[in-house]
Amino acid sequence: MKRAGFSTRWLPILLLVPQLAIIAIFFYWPAVHAVQSSFYLQDPFGFGSTYVGVDNYADLANSGEYLKIARFTLIFTVLVTFFSLGLALLLAVKADNVIRGARSYRTLLMWVYAVAPPVAGFIGLIMFNQSWGPLTELARSVGWDFKLGVNFNDTATAMVLVSVWKQVPVNFIFFLSGLQSIPKAVREAALIDNRSATGRFWDVTFPLLAPTGFFLLIINITYALFDTFGIIDTLVKGEPGNNPMTLVYKVYVDGFRGNDLGGSSAQSVVLMVLVLALTVFQFRLIERRIHYT
Amino acid sequence: MTDMTQPVTPRKTRIRWSALADHAVLILGSLFMLIPLLVVLQTTTTTDIDTIKHGPQLVLGDQFGENLNKAMFKASGFSGENTGTSMLMNSMILGLGFALGKIVIGMMAAYALVYFRLRFATLAFWLIFTTLLLPLEVRILPSYEIAQKMGLLNTYTGLIVPLIASATATFFFRQYFRSVPEELVEAARIDGAGPIKFFVDILVPLSQTMIAAMFIIMFVFGWNQYLWPTMITTEESMYTLVRGIKQITQDLEGTNIPEYGRANMLALIAILPPVAVVIFFQSWFVKGLTESDK
Repeated sequence: MKRAGFSTRWLPILLLVPQLAIIAIFFYWPAVHAVQSSFYLQDPFGFGSTYVGVDNYADLANSGEYLKIARFTLIFTVLVTFFSLGLALLLAVKADNVIRGARSYRTLLMWVYAVAPPVAGFIGLIMFNQSWGPLTELARSVGWDFKLGVNFNDTATAMVLVSVWKQVPVNFIFFLSGLQSIPKAVREAALIDNRSATGRFWDVTFPLLAPTGFFLLIINITYALFDTFGIIDTLVKGEPGNNPMTLVYKVYVDGFRGNDLGGSSAQSVVLMVLVLALTVFQFRLIERRIHYT
Repeated sequence: MTDMTQPVTPRKTRIRWSALADHAVLILGSLFMLIPLLVVLQTTTTTDIDTIKHGPQLVLGDQFGENLNKAMFKASGFSGENTGTSMLMNSMILGLGFALGKIVIGMMAAYALVYFRLRFATLAFWLIFTTLLLPLEVRILPSYEIAQKMGLLNTYTGLIVPLIASATATFFFRQYFRSVPEELVEAARIDGAGPIKFFVDILVPLSQTMIAAMFIIMFVFGWNQYLWPTMITTEESMYTLVRGIKQITQDLEGTNIPEYGRANMLALIAILPPVAVVIFFQSWFVKGLTESDK
């Protein structure tokens, strides 16, 4: 609050009402509802529900399928985060170096930000088309018989590749703006101290980029967990079958298709706890960042 | 003379070599981003038979107009209502409605939080900013049930309003308002401006760049929504381009000749508006994006 604010009583309340009403109806109500129905077993035909305590959670913990999906989600998240951060950092450092064409490179490297995940998935389907997809042919030329949607590992590879393609631009934009905010004096001092570009990168640039990197780490984990839904749904053409899927996709499949509301709600709650933990972690990092910079 | 120039020459070439390597990496990166789009673009210019027979080629065909015509006016569903034109319109309504709603509601709430002495300010603050913690995806089913109970299925309200239920814009504008010098509101009060006049005549014009940046980010975010539109719209006349993409891919699996030209054209139409906005307003967009995390 500003010290010199206004003291009208009714206006701020009136201004806050739309926001509060929308989040009450479409945020708090559904969130509470999810927690509540995770303790119930819903009749698939909607005739009623029985209180079952923590049975839904116990079922999850004992479900081999769920644990398998959790493990895949973990591997998927690590791979997507690692490759999209690494590639973006490399490109940002190079884009920060060059003088000629810097603007064109920036545009060429960031436009994919605006592509919707399912459309990215669709492009993946085209690139990996079984009979003529350019990437399928590339794989075939090195003796890899790539079968999207049939072979588990091939489908997973495509998911990771498309997800990385879609996420590099965001990381690139943040890394580049982080690099450009390093003061000129620091760069020049580093140039005098250390003649090798690689040495300068690891000793000066990388530590200065660390706050941006930590922030992006959380952003990327959240992306891999949630925003890749559209990519996965289009790459498996809406038919999960034996294809790899992530935890969020499982919530959707069980709840919306399988009508297992209790189980799906329990999964939602597990994800909520996961996101909350990540956010608390992130807030603590940001707090630290404010302290030291 | 020669002694002095000699140590300079090899150093100069070395620098040129490293610049060359930088460009090489950047060109490879750009190609990695661009080639998939070029493949899609190429298949929008050939007949479906050509695509099936030969795959994407290096030269453009002459079927662009024909494919565009099919994409915009031919429907693939049961009702015949999900033409490209109708999906494009729905996407526009979703993108613009979402951005507008989010900004108006966010600015109002942020103004109330920053510029007023409010008894429940802290409570309101926490209620609003907790929403930043949980993405829609984790509460998707209960949200759907509630929207269904309220009769919001297949309506624009149901499509847009639940998506606004997170406080990203509010948070952003709160941060920005707090950075506006305090003297401004003091001066306005001395001149006798009330809270509404101050907001409309001073704060909003002052925030123009921020509003533009937010608008771009929110438009792209709204346009690209997939899961929520997939659940809330079941009538084909309500499909957005991004929501329609699943049906488009399923059509490619059908028994008839897959319509690659039409499908790729629709994907291209789904990509172009948000990409154009991001490219044309690049500096605002980057500013908005990188400052929203502070």
